[in-house]
Amino acid sequence: MSTDAAIAAPATAGTDVKIRLRNLTKRFDTKRGPFVALDNLTLDIPTGCFFMIVGPSGCGKTTLLRILAGLETHSSGTVEISKPTDGRPSNSMIFQGDSLFPWMTVWENAAYGLNMRRKPKAEIKDRVGFFLNRTGMSRFADHYPHQLSGGMRQRVSICRAFANDPDILLMDEPFSALDEQNKVLLQEELLKIWEETRKTVLFITHSVDEAVTLGDRIMIMSAHPGRDKATLDVPFERPREVLELRARPEYGEFVYKIWSYLREEVHRARAQDEGSSS
Amino acid sequence: MTDAVQKPTEKVEGAPGFSFSLSAGNFDRIMNVASPVFLLLLWEAAARFGWIDVRFFPAPSKIFQTMFTLIENGQLWIHLKSSMYRLFWGFLFGGIPALVLGISMGLSRPLRAICDPLVAATYPIPKSAILPLILLIFGLGEASKIVMVAIGLFFPILINTMAGVLEIPKIYFDVSKNFNADKLQVFRTVALPGAMPLIMTGVKLGVGMGLILISLAEMVGAKSGLGYMMWNAWEILSVETMYVGLIVIAALGVLFTLILNEVERYLVPWKTAR
Repeated sequence: MSTDAAIAAPATAGTDVKIRLRNLTKRFDTKRGPFVALDNLTLDIPTGCFFMIVGPSGCGKTTLLRILAGLETHSSGTVEISKPTDGRPSNSMIFQGDSLFPWMTVWENAAYGLNMRRKPKAEIKDRVGFFLNRTGMSRFADHYPHQLSGGMRQRVSICRAFANDPDILLMDEPFSALDEQNKVLLQEELLKIWEETRKTVLFITHSVDEAVTLGDRIMIMSAHPGRDKATLDVPFERPREVLELRARPEYGEFVYKIWSYLREEVHRARAQDEGSSS
Repeated sequence: MTDAVQKPTEKVEGAPGFSFSLSAGNFDRIMNVASPVFLLLLWEAAARFGWIDVRFFPAPSKIFQTMFTLIENGQLWIHLKSSMYRLFWGFLFGGIPALVLGISMGLSRPLRAICDPLVAATYPIPKSAILPLILLIFGLGEASKIVMVAIGLFFPILINTMAGVLEIPKIYFDVSKNFNADKLQVFRTVALPGAMPLIMTGVKLGVGMGLILISLAEMVGAKSGLGYMMWNAWEILSVETMYVGLIVIAALGVLFTLILNEVERYLVPWKTAR
């Protein structure tokens, strides 16, 4: 099919590839028989790329992320991740919804990864202090998560991942539960922190706006089984100002382009849902 | 920013000075004291005016008189001390294995499959029914009493601890795995604190069960302890002494609850602060 052709320019020679997936397939055994969550997915994510995956719900986006995070095994195909050699962790995940430990304070939550890796106290203090400060959460260091709003909790989640200093950041719809104002604020903050480190990011979302605002490259996934429907490079320069970017006419045009790929998939996913429920 | 800290709702204290308005908390506190005091006064009146048979229900003033005598001659103290000693060691020998096994069963599916039927089979056995067996195995000394307490504490703590671990949302285990926590760290940072609210429930139930069983065990095979004191009082028909024993045990129950509530506030600040 012509629409399935990748539009993105092939990764230029010399660019390191951080994550290399070849024919990745994931099947779950369910009572109704095998369910194919990911089907023959082949994908290269270059080092330092802010890579977005957009797709209708149930297209296997989260499954892909969980495989890369080491929380799930794949059925066939290969996953190659180039690991850092200096002892830093390969990846840290920012989960969808509430993932902060309710029994730990903001500080203890943000320091979790470093504590687990038994880093020296002074280093933990520096790094955690830096990121809490960076996200405006220093004042709440001694608070427990239930005393914070949803937006603040997700800021702490971001701190926890960034403070751990991983090679790759995996983000699973981290802002989907937030209201629109908070979403924009956190997207802006995330972009600012990311600009300073330029880590490889794999970010999953169902929001086209979010994908275009944040990403360098967007992969549109088909409804299940999850396949690569199209991959596009985002033509906007960095650093970006979220609201300023969204006001530009080219932004609207690009969002429309992504939507035209996605629309078909959303309808297909809905038809499948209705078919299976009847 | 639309973000705001949701502070725990502060207690609205009654206005100082001449106001008679009471906060709900203060009303509760006053009622907690007033209702038993009222009951005691009613009892005293009933005994004095001959509404009840004082051979079975001696007046509270009489009971307290006996209590002071027992305190003065050191008897009460001796019995209290031996009961507490047994309760303490029973708590350690029953509680710690229950905690470790409960968390392990919560974390490990195979272990749960192995131990669940054993727990289900042994838990409903009346502890009083195995007292003769315990006396036979552990003798008439301290060990048999400590074992009785330990058995009583073991089950509520085990069952609640396991339930507590099973109730922890899976995402927290995912987080700890993604952040490279090893097995011991998962135990320490996720399973133990996550299960703590239910562990505390188990400990409270267990301590109550311990008090019941220690009184029972001391009635049969002991020469000291609150249970022995009450049994001995029956043999010499000192009804007041029986009531002293009951009051002391009841007071211990209240005291332990208060202490455990404080411990809970310290160990589970994220739940009790709500």
